[in-house]
Amino acid sequence: MVQFLVRRVLLMLLTLWAVSALVFTMSRIQGDPRTMFMNRGVTQEMWDAWGKEMGLDKPLPIQYMVWASKAVRGDLGDSLWERRAVTTAIFEKLPATVQLGFTTFLFSIGVGVPLGVLSAVHRGTLVDLVGRFIAVTGQALPPFWIGLMLILIFSVWLDLLPAAKKGGLDSYVLPTITLGWLFAASILRLVRSSMLNVLDEEFVKLARAKGVSNNMVIWKHAFKNAAAAPLTYSGLLLAGLCTGTVVTESVFGWPGIGRLSIDAVLQNDFPMLAGLVLLFTLLFIIGNLVVDIVLAFIDPRVRYA
Amino acid sequence: MQSGDVNATEASALFESNGDSWRSSLRRIRRWPLLSIIILATLVFSAAAADFIAPHDPVKATLSARRAPLMWEEGGSSKFILGGDLQGRDVLSRIIHGARISLMVAGSSIVIGMVFGTVYGLISGYFGGWIDEILMRIVEIFLAIPLIMAALVILVVAGASYMSVIGVLVLFSWVPFARQVRAETLALKVLDYVSLARVAGAPAHRILVRHILPGVLNTVIVVATLQVGSLILTESILSFLGVGIPPPTPAWGAMVADGRNYLASSWGIAFFPGMAIFLTVVGFNFMGDWIRDALDPRLRQLD
Repeated sequence: MVQFLVRRVLLMLLTLWAVSALVFTMSRIQGDPRTMFMNRGVTQEMWDAWGKEMGLDKPLPIQYMVWASKAVRGDLGDSLWERRAVTTAIFEKLPATVQLGFTTFLFSIGVGVPLGVLSAVHRGTLVDLVGRFIAVTGQALPPFWIGLMLILIFSVWLDLLPAAKKGGLDSYVLPTITLGWLFAASILRLVRSSMLNVLDEEFVKLARAKGVSNNMVIWKHAFKNAAAAPLTYSGLLLAGLCTGTVVTESVFGWPGIGRLSIDAVLQNDFPMLAGLVLLFTLLFIIGNLVVDIVLAFIDPRVRYA
Repeated sequence: MQSGDVNATEASALFESNGDSWRSSLRRIRRWPLLSIIILATLVFSAAAADFIAPHDPVKATLSARRAPLMWEEGGSSKFILGGDLQGRDVLSRIIHGARISLMVAGSSIVIGMVFGTVYGLISGYFGGWIDEILMRIVEIFLAIPLIMAALVILVVAGASYMSVIGVLVLFSWVPFARQVRAETLALKVLDYVSLARVAGAPAHRILVRHILPGVLNTVIVVATLQVGSLILTESILSFLGVGIPPPTPAWGAMVADGRNYLASSWGIAFFPGMAIFLTVVGFNFMGDWIRDALDPRLRQLD
């Protein structure tokens, strides 16, 4: 177990290093940072002085070290567009994303797990049909289109829910469904297929033969063993969550870090984008690490894989 | 399976062997993924013949067609069946031409990713040792990066163009090939016929190309078809966000984005391109499932 943990953490550090080096390289390819402040009155002396001040006269590896050590201390420079520290802007927007992530989590589990179990148990019935419909659409519907169609139906035509601007609880409904559709669908498919496998196993048949009630067999014996399956895929789900967050926040004008990323892209605000990439990667890696540890506790096979 | 089920299967088998040929041929047809064949045939036809079947020029604006209503709506005309967009371009023509963009972008990125990932997986699996160790750590790093963010960075630095979008999609597409091919190679390289080839003095590249590659091809084909749908979806997401193939090229995602502020009056501008994306992805996904079941059922766990 200890060896497993050490390995995972080392890999995590390696990844962070690779990403930061990549981001740094990209930021240098993007252009000389001094050109951002270029205007008519700049002389060669001022230009050189800036270079010295920003450390641009040193070799690139040294520049990277300086940049990285600042980044570790939470100093990612100033946003070009908002004229303030990148970290300040990011931490101002982070809560909205976390809140939406939380409701999405509840929604996907709440829809995906019960429907997955039911469509496995009642295979071939109407419930299964609904489940499979959600599964297919979740995989194939473009998330931005789901969002727009929800706005069209519930805000424009029925006038029931707000279409944009974060506000009360009702403003969470449409973004949550938009972001959660894919995850509900993925969870549903994973739960369904692992339930189908488990229901076919000997110990379930034994429980049935002993006369255990149907509900007990399904929820206690089978589901408990099928529940780990979606966890093993949560790495993929997390990747989808990053993409989904950017898209959903863009559709609904949600004031979170996904929207901030796309704004940074459209405004060519590279320091901001670099900070967001590092943050997303960090969150993503930590998420994966937590899942791996939980899995290793549940399932000993993972530790030796 | 419970005994009741077995009896039912046996009974239906008996029923079929009793010469009910109409039923059995129907069943054989149903095994083909008809829905996706229809969708994909339409798609390929639209992409290939877009210049002839599209009623209008996809990038030419006509003033009278600005946000023109759908044909069956009030004031609609058969001239613009699915209406016109904000700049007066025919939505239907743009959707038809958009098929070409989607197929070309997804197709090129899958082929590049396939070639690169397969070679990568073959090398990693066959040579093993420290080569495998390094190559697989790189794959794990790739899996640990949220690719949408990487895509945004690259598109900002390189600028949005055909090439950069394809490049970004290759970032998404090569990893599954590398992983699956490596796993297959590990299993194949310990087989007797490979050892014999090595004893006979065949060089590594020959063993890889002649003896191992044929064995992993099925897997490669399955991984490729299963991935096309999600690549088309990713491309549409990039173009919706405004970092995909630049306008006025008709990319479906960007077309949906065009209509996002006019949902109340002209919902068709956003609706129909989205529907095209959905059907296309469904078509590819069903086809991928079918090919997987036919060629390599063990890969079921992939999805």
